[in-house]
Amino acid sequence: MFVYLDNSATTKQYDQVTERMTRFMNEDFGNPSSLHRMGVTAERAVKEARQAVASSLYVSDEEIYFTGSGTEADNMAIFGAYHARKRRGNKIITSEVEHPAVIEACKRLEAAGVQVVYIGCDGKGLIDMKKLEESLDDSTILVTIMAVNNELGTVEPIEEIGDLVKSKGDILFHTDAVQAYGKVEMAADKWKADLMTVSGHKIHGPKGIGAIYIKKGVHTEPLIFGGGQEKGIRSGTENTPGIAGFGLAAEIMHGNLKNRIRTMEKVRSYLLEGIKAEIPDIRINSPETVFNSEKSAGKQDAQSRQADGRIALSSPGILNVSFLGCRGEVLLHFLEQRDIYVSTGAACSSRKKGSRVLAAAGLAAPVIDSAIRFSFSEFNTIEQMDYVLVELKKAVSSMRRLTQRRR
Amino acid sequence: MERNIYIVRCGEVALKGMNKPYFERMLVERIRKVLKKHQGIEIRREDGLIVVRTVKDIPGDTVIGEISKVFGVDSISPAIEVESDMEAIEEAAIVFMQKQIEEKGIRTFKVEAKRADKSFPVQSPDIARRVGAKVLIACKVLKVDVHQPECRLHVHVRRERSFLFEQKVSALGGLPLGTNGKGLVLLSGGIDSPVAAFLMAKRGMYIEAVHFHSYPYTSERAWDKVKDLARVLTQYCGNIKIHSINLLPIQEQIVQHCPEEEMTILVRRFMMKIAERVAAETGSLMLITGENLGQVASQTAEALVVTDAATSLPVMRPLIGMDKVEIMDLARKIGTYDIAILPYEDCCTVFLPKHPKTKPKLSAILESESRLDADGLIEKALENKETVMIRPV
Repeated sequence: MFVYLDNSATTKQYDQVTERMTRFMNEDFGNPSSLHRMGVTAERAVKEARQAVASSLYVSDEEIYFTGSGTEADNMAIFGAYHARKRRGNKIITSEVEHPAVIEACKRLEAAGVQVVYIGCDGKGLIDMKKLEESLDDSTILVTIMAVNNELGTVEPIEEIGDLVKSKGDILFHTDAVQAYGKVEMAADKWKADLMTVSGHKIHGPKGIGAIYIKKGVHTEPLIFGGGQEKGIRSGTENTPGIAGFGLAAEIMHGNLKNRIRTMEKVRSYLLEGIKAEIPDIRINSPETVFNSEKSAGKQDAQSRQADGRIALSSPGILNVSFLGCRGEVLLHFLEQRDIYVSTGAACSSRKKGSRVLAAAGLAAPVIDSAIRFSFSEFNTIEQMDYVLVELKKAVSSMRRLTQRRR
Repeated sequence: MERNIYIVRCGEVALKGMNKPYFERMLVERIRKVLKKHQGIEIRREDGLIVVRTVKDIPGDTVIGEISKVFGVDSISPAIEVESDMEAIEEAAIVFMQKQIEEKGIRTFKVEAKRADKSFPVQSPDIARRVGAKVLIACKVLKVDVHQPECRLHVHVRRERSFLFEQKVSALGGLPLGTNGKGLVLLSGGIDSPVAAFLMAKRGMYIEAVHFHSYPYTSERAWDKVKDLARVLTQYCGNIKIHSINLLPIQEQIVQHCPEEEMTILVRRFMMKIAERVAAETGSLMLITGENLGQVASQTAEALVVTDAATSLPVMRPLIGMDKVEIMDLARKIGTYDIAILPYEDCCTVFLPKHPKTKPKLSAILESESRLDADGLIEKALENKETVMIRPV
């Protein structure tokens, strides 16, 4: 049985998306800037897609700009905000658990002389609000903190962070919402975000297309200069197949969001309970309870409550578990032999040794080394989870049998 | 038709006695092979030199780059050809030097003449003097410097036509591929083994490879990496066949039945035994490894003795006396280094015992091995062998 549980790395494109993209490659392949009818057709497609993405984020279509990737959108937010505001101050605040697209951009600015503060997190990946509050001051020009962590699935208290940032003055707030998109309800206004990043291929859209939300009235500088496309914010001929595909994926995803979330939550909790019941010596690294489920409103299990009384909640899309004594990478290859696809750490960073995010959450080396990330989509089923549990149990026990003598 | 001419000198091949024509023929064959993709190439042996003539439009750097990867070639010079006549040579020398002045800003020079055709009426020192004088008169900016000239103008007088050339691009040396049988290299995916294969191929040996993995304990990317390494080697060694063998069933048996600290050495012995079988099937005369004295636990003198005892074939270890830094430098020159350092697990790093035995005793290792059905395991491993042929791009 083929089971794809690496949906936080990328997702299978909706068939309708592929079809629509083909149309914009084979027939309506015009350049949106062309004056003739083919240009108009292409321009309309871009406009429709912009509206679809905007409405999936509950924002206006004038506030959406397409980019070549989520990474590009993150870079645009950070460098763009910095260059627009560098006369006002020299400090950027981010967290230790951000995606490399944010961390590396911040490091680049740090090397150029900008003061960058990296806020730490607790054992579940929730960022330290007290430290954030202390760090905010007059010289701060930008705060960039992710909405959902890509390795642990932890939902950061974005609303609280937005309130806090805005209470401290005219500071821009960016959130990398790539992992939140399609997993939790998006609310740029409630979150008080000025800038927000999403990506196409995490919601069954195409790769190579992302978008940035720039709140009306907020000024950022472009990274790329040229023909003035995307209102001069991102020059370069529009990737019309990608944009049209992204728009359609956003539309399908958004129309079905409640069901999507329910399905992911169902398979996630089924797998979680199954692992806890059937496999010894494991550690659940993600927060166990899922954000915005019916459960999370009332009853909270003790596991989710942090030392400071805060509740850690997870995206329904991610479950991170350590199978102690089993190298994550080896377990991954065992499962792939059974046609089950998972990840260790994040796909983008798994080639580097160990996980930066799990280390920031204070997890011990053996826990990090044996961590597996299962990430779900609306296409996963309970039947698949039963198969995964059987194969997981077999793989873990055969690996442990081999390595037991040696521990 | 105007042609570009390259003089190719063979290094050690020239020292051969009775066999020299054979070596030269092999060398010409190799050069023909690496230049096969171009149209209008002519390769001839003329008076102990190999002369390559190409059509004008193939860039010289490309031709030189390709020939310089042929083992057995000592150096290459782009040359011009003139009639063997004193006046013609002098005229050509003036044109040649004017070009040097224009292109490279040469100010000092020296003429070195060689007369292969002893019936040529002017003797070598006189050729040099006369050509030098004519050049000095024609090119006022030039001066002669016999000790450290910026340009050495070589005049090579032969029976019918003579060569003028200046630059010598040094190549790899060694012996032509195929003059020394075939060897089977144990290609791990690390830095060392491709270098070992390169060094043996440099002495004229055809290379075939065997790769051991422990999937799923190793990644499929590790296999791709080995193929990428082999592809780099094919530029020098020609086609390379790789046999890929899964060692996991053997490693599982060792884990269950033998002492932990003997893991590495036992696995090495199995590799040798399997390689020996592959060598027999493929007509390889010897095994080649990237082992290097004392680099890791399995490469101590004692460990090498125990490893060697597993096979009756000679095991070539061309890196045995090199330092790691030297091996790394060589890997960079060959072009395998950047691929080799990619961090996919290779076979040796999985199942690494915490304290591997550094001074194993053959008797103890044989005792441990006797607890396993070695022949059965080897047979099984060979049954599941996967073979691919890697060709130059």
